[in-house]
Amino acid sequence: MTTAEKYVTAAYCAVFAIVLVYVVLIALKLHRLEREVGELERRRSAEPAVEDERETAGVG
Amino acid sequence: MNVVGRSYRIPLPALAAASLVLVTTALAMAFYVVPNDADQGFSQRVFYFHVPIAFTAYACFAGGAWKAFRHLWKRDPNADLESYVAVHQGLIFGSLVLITGSIWAKISWGHWWLWSEDQLVLFLVLFLFYSAYFMLRFSVDPGPQRANLSAVYALFGVVLIPVSFLAIRIAKHFIHPIVFTSNVSSNLPGWMLVTYCVAQVALLVLAYTLYRVELSGKWLDARIRELRTA
Repeated sequence: MTTAEKYVTAAYCAVFAIVLVYVVLIALKLHRLEREVGELERRRSAEPAVEDERETAGVG
Repeated sequence: MNVVGRSYRIPLPALAAASLVLVTTALAMAFYVVPNDADQGFSQRVFYFHVPIAFTAYACFAGGAWKAFRHLWKRDPNADLESYVAVHQGLIFGSLVLITGSIWAKISWGHWWLWSEDQLVLFLVLFLFYSAYFMLRFSVDPGPQRANLSAVYALFGVVLIPVSFLAIRIAKHFIHPIVFTSNVSSNLPGWMLVTYCVAQVALLVLAYTLYRVELSGKWLDARIRELRTA
């Protein structure tokens, strides 16, 4: 491998590595957001149950 | 100001697949199809990604400025976030321009960087200008004031794009090569021009795909914040 070939390979590898790091960071962020959405959904599904209990307690 | 998101005609998986196919094709063409350059030899192959990446960075900064303009003019609720993501993309591609350019300079000129070269210094100025965009943006609390300040700043930066592009054309003495002149077909004959065009399309599609991915994440983040504070 000549010096020029080494440098050209390094240039393309640098591009690939930076794009890869960026994609991984975005993927990690999206994963965190998915977790947060799941948490919000769980909270939301828990809320109506509390309201039902109140309604049954108020009958009389 | 509530961020509502936007629907697009081209679905994200289709864009991701297209960018993968195009980037792979461009790489294969750059290494296996185009002949060695008569003047620069094998090292000229850096050109097929370095120049398209530079134009993609310019396009991202210009897109960011356009969205900033739409924010200021139309008060589009999505435009601020879109401008921010476009500038962020421009900075990522800008850093790739500086890295690949430095590597190419080392092979061709024997130096990683030359301060005497207007083209290099002006691109660095453009890069640092948009880096400072983030310092400004995150030094102001979220809200209309931050969106307005960021938009004005992004709009001012677009002036540097033609200056950076034209620098080597107006310089009296330079060593940075000029390929895109009125006689582009003789500078880039046959497969060289085809490969350059494929690489340019590939990088624009890749940048747009990454822009859409990041933007969807930002919209989701903004929506979650709204739901948490509601």
